[in-house]
Amino acid sequence: MSTRRHPARRHPARRYVLASLAVLAVAALTTACAGPAGAGASASASAAASAASTGAASRAPETLTVFAAASLKKTFTELATEFEAANPGVTVALNFAGSADLVTQITEGAPADVFASADTKNMAKLTDAGLVADAPTVFATNTLEIAVPPGNPAGVTSFADLANPATKVVICAAQVPCGTATTTIEKATGVTLTPVSEENAVTDVLGKVSSGEADAGLVYVTDIAGAGTSVLGIPFPESGSAVNSYPIGVVATSPHRDLGTLFADFVTGPTGQKVLAATGFGTP
Amino acid sequence: MTRASGGAAVFLRGTARENAEVLGVPRWIVAVAAVGALFIVLPIVGMTARVDWANFGALVTSPSAIAALLLSLRTATASTALCLLLGVPMAVVLARSRFRGQRFVRAFVLLPLVLPPVVGGIALLSTFGRRGLLGQTFEVLGIQIAFSTTAVALAQAFVALPFLVLSVEATLRASGARYEAVAATLGAAPNTVFWRVTLPLVVPGLVSGAVLAFARALGEFGATLTFAGSLEGVTRTLPLEIYLQRETDPDAAVALALVLVVVAVVVMVATHRPRGLS
Repeated sequence: MSTRRHPARRHPARRYVLASLAVLAVAALTTACAGPAGAGASASASAAASAASTGAASRAPETLTVFAAASLKKTFTELATEFEAANPGVTVALNFAGSADLVTQITEGAPADVFASADTKNMAKLTDAGLVADAPTVFATNTLEIAVPPGNPAGVTSFADLANPATKVVICAAQVPCGTATTTIEKATGVTLTPVSEENAVTDVLGKVSSGEADAGLVYVTDIAGAGTSVLGIPFPESGSAVNSYPIGVVATSPHRDLGTLFADFVTGPTGQKVLAATGFGTP
Repeated sequence: MTRASGGAAVFLRGTARENAEVLGVPRWIVAVAAVGALFIVLPIVGMTARVDWANFGALVTSPSAIAALLLSLRTATASTALCLLLGVPMAVVLARSRFRGQRFVRAFVLLPLVLPPVVGGIALLSTFGRRGLLGQTFEVLGIQIAFSTTAVALAQAFVALPFLVLSVEATLRASGARYEAVAATLGAAPNTVFWRVTLPLVVPGLVSGAVLAFARALGEFGATLTFAGSLEGVTRTLPLEIYLQRETDPDAAVALALVLVVVAVVVMVATHRPRGLS
């Protein structure tokens, strides 16, 4: 009896094994291709990728995949909702990460339709690779501000105060956009900082300050605006010497270039500008 | 798989039962195992294919790369020592005694294995940080852990400790308590039993556990970034350096990643014996 049941059972089992093998093989291949991209970032990229492919299957409801700098998370989430409302049938899939990460993902073939960078340098990498359809448009600017924990325990009032060796200052590493801006200000003012840590992302700087580990940090005006009461912002006049420009561009390989251009125009248009201004971004 | 291919050598060395087991592996299992091996090896091969060999030497010998590598080796050694110091007694207690809530204690000890490292970092920060549970105490004593190399070693020890405890505990359980019981009946005090019987018994597990802990510490990233920060020569270990270089210089990141892989593989192959894991 049991010998009879065996073959019948075996087939689906074998099919299942083969299916999982195929999945594994694909996973192995895509992992190899993803290369140095961060694990978290590539996970969200693949989520975006699957969203894009489901959209591509049926033509009428279109999915637009937007890769945007981490500092745009709040504004672009809001703008995506408004864009969807204004264009029925369109779904906007968002992928947020550091600009450099996103450039890596796009050059490795991630299915992005639109790219919004936190600086012109990273957008230039993509333009140089011939991956941007038209000349990118700057849609916002951002400047640095000093963030301190509530109560300002170290009594920081100016940029020069940050050079005090007793003050624990956290900044962005020179390799990332906010760090480049920090270096520019240091050069312009002649004040040399001795940070206790040089973080990879502006959000990490903010975290170190809001947790009270650091006495002060240099972050974007928009980060402080978005952090609520967990940090206190201290504007300083020298910040004007380093203004970060945010460009947006449509990816050349995108199958949704018209829709991408529509989204970019939406961001640079009145609605986009209103939302961006509300969170502290400057106008280009 | 290597055993199956080197049939003659196995025949000479292994017991008859061992050979039967090796020969008895169904082909499809070998096939799936091969896919599994590929799953791990292929990404490494893919990464190696990206290495800019022409500039490899220059990329891995830059001052920041050397500083990161030395810091990584130093902190991983320190954290492994800390794991040995704390982990061996933990393993002995878990393997040799019975108490209420033992299962919960073990679950908690193994928690860092399943916790995302960034969560570990947050936990450490809220304990040893300036405003953490013990932060005030340390501040009074004049010890500042945040943003220091000590913080890096603590973060590494936190995530690596379970590897050592698991390995030593498994060895202790496998070896049984017979020798210790005999020593005790012959009049050896608990201290003597521990140093002369228990410890020598667990040496294989101790070695493989320490190697795993070292390798885990070497790769530690999330907890370090969250808890210790990132500053060249102080807290920026090799994984953090790779993460940072990737922003502007992907070639340097890939080259350093390969260095990390080589160091880890050398450490594992040189000292790791699966027998010790039992």
